Amino acid sequence: MNNQMPAKATLEISDLNFFYGNFQGLKNINLNIYEKKVTAFIGPSGCGKSTLLRTLNRMYDLYPGQRAEGKIMYNGRNILEPGQDVNMLRAKVGMVFQKPTPFPMSVYDNIAFGVRLYENLSKGAMDERVEWALKKAALWTEVKDKLNKSGLSLSGGQQQRLCIARGVAVKPDVLLLDEPTSALDPISTAKIEELIAELKEDYTITIVTHNMQQAARCSDYTAYMYLGELVEFGETDQIFMNPGKKETQDYITGRFG
Amino acid sequence: MPGDHSSKQYDMDLETIRSKVLQMGGLVESQFNDAIACFRTGNIEQAEQVVRTDENVNRLEVTLDDTCSHLIVKRQPAANDLRTVMATLKVITDLERIGDEAAKIARTAKNMHERGTIGTLNHYESIRVIAANTSNFLHDALDAFARLDDKQAAKIMGDDEAIDHEFRSILRTMITFMMEDPRTISVALDTLWVAKAIERIGDHAKNIAEYVIYIVEGKDIRHSKPGSAL
Repeated sequence: MNNQMPAKATLEISDLNFFYGNFQGLKNINLNIYEKKVTAFIGPSGCGKSTLLRTLNRMYDLYPGQRAEGKIMYNGRNILEPGQDVNMLRAKVGMVFQKPTPFPMSVYDNIAFGVRLYENLSKGAMDERVEWALKKAALWTEVKDKLNKSGLSLSGGQQQRLCIARGVAVKPDVLLLDEPTSALDPISTAKIEELIAELKEDYTITIVTHNMQQAARCSDYTAYMYLGELVEFGETDQIFMNPGKKETQDYITGRFG
Repeated sequence: MPGDHSSKQYDMDLETIRSKVLQMGGLVESQFNDAIACFRTGNIEQAEQVVRTDENVNRLEVTLDDTCSHLIVKRQPAANDLRTVMATLKVITDLERIGDEAAKIARTAKNMHERGTIGTLNHYESIRVIAANTSNFLHDALDAFARLDDKQAAKIMGDDEAIDHEFRSILRTMITFMMEDPRTISVALDTLWVAKAIERIGDHAKNIAEYVIYIVEGKDIRHSKPGSAL
């Protein structure tokens, strides 16, 4: 891995604080998410890694009493400003959750649904887009003969890749993956990890994971968080071979708690 | 450094590896000192004992390699734990080679005494200094490994150069002997083999010191300029 940081950051997080009512979930986070790289957030439960991920596309807006302060610069704008078009943001910063969440509709419609919200495509163009997204998510060969079957009829691993395809279909810049493989078996997990390696050619990816080996395998950068603070951020190789902080070392070597 | 893992079994696994390496280190150290002793005294029984001990050292190498690979597959060690296991695997190899060199010294000593070539020239005196220096160096390197003392490891690193220097000086002396009196060629060559074996042991001790620095600081200083460890 090269030693210099890549020049371009897709997201620049500065002085970010996040509150669940009176409880402060994130404390003064400063971090860059680099373009076409995979950034992993690791840390024990409740350390704020999912919270941080959820601020990146303002998923928290759905819940009253949750608010974020600070700056997250994306394309020259602070996405935390009230004027931000949240729907547009979520098209550009897509998210995949821990449990596969296919819509109760056909495989085809699962993907077309999101696209129709933002674009007006002809039938042919939509067919192409669905095929393209399924191919991107390495699912096409497995579902091409059952596009009209319910998305819920697929296996867990296939459902998760369907969700990734759904995120990819609207051509985002960033994909946020919140524990995307924690509910999957090892083979499906390997497929998703393979997919992450392919997707980073085109997208900026941020992944939250409890599986440290997964972070070591798939990410270029790793951020270790604890109690709402960013303890250490650096190149994954360095974090896992020779971390700078003792807290990080204790966590990744299993000396925690 | 091992200890305090959430998994006590992991701590125990690491501790087992550590104590076995130290046991192997102790074995090899006394093997070397015994080899030098029988080179001096011509105690053939002791020489044979040194060669036999080498089998124990070899067995420990195999067991430890196996234990380390089991630890890797079970625990997926990271950071300092990973460095400890990686360095241990290499230290084991160095220790095994030291054992081989010690056995080589013992065999040479046995041959020389059986052929009665001892005494043709003052064979022990010529290697006395290099043997004592190397013995100390090896002891300090193993000590630094046992205590994971990177400062001590860095401090003794330079000792290897003194040993190399001493070897070249022995080489010149032996060449002089051989040129002056061809009857000394046999014993001079044997003495040189022994000096060379000792010099190699010095190299292995230096490797061990380098791994200590790797474990503690995460810096790989092999093949870098002398003094960069400080």
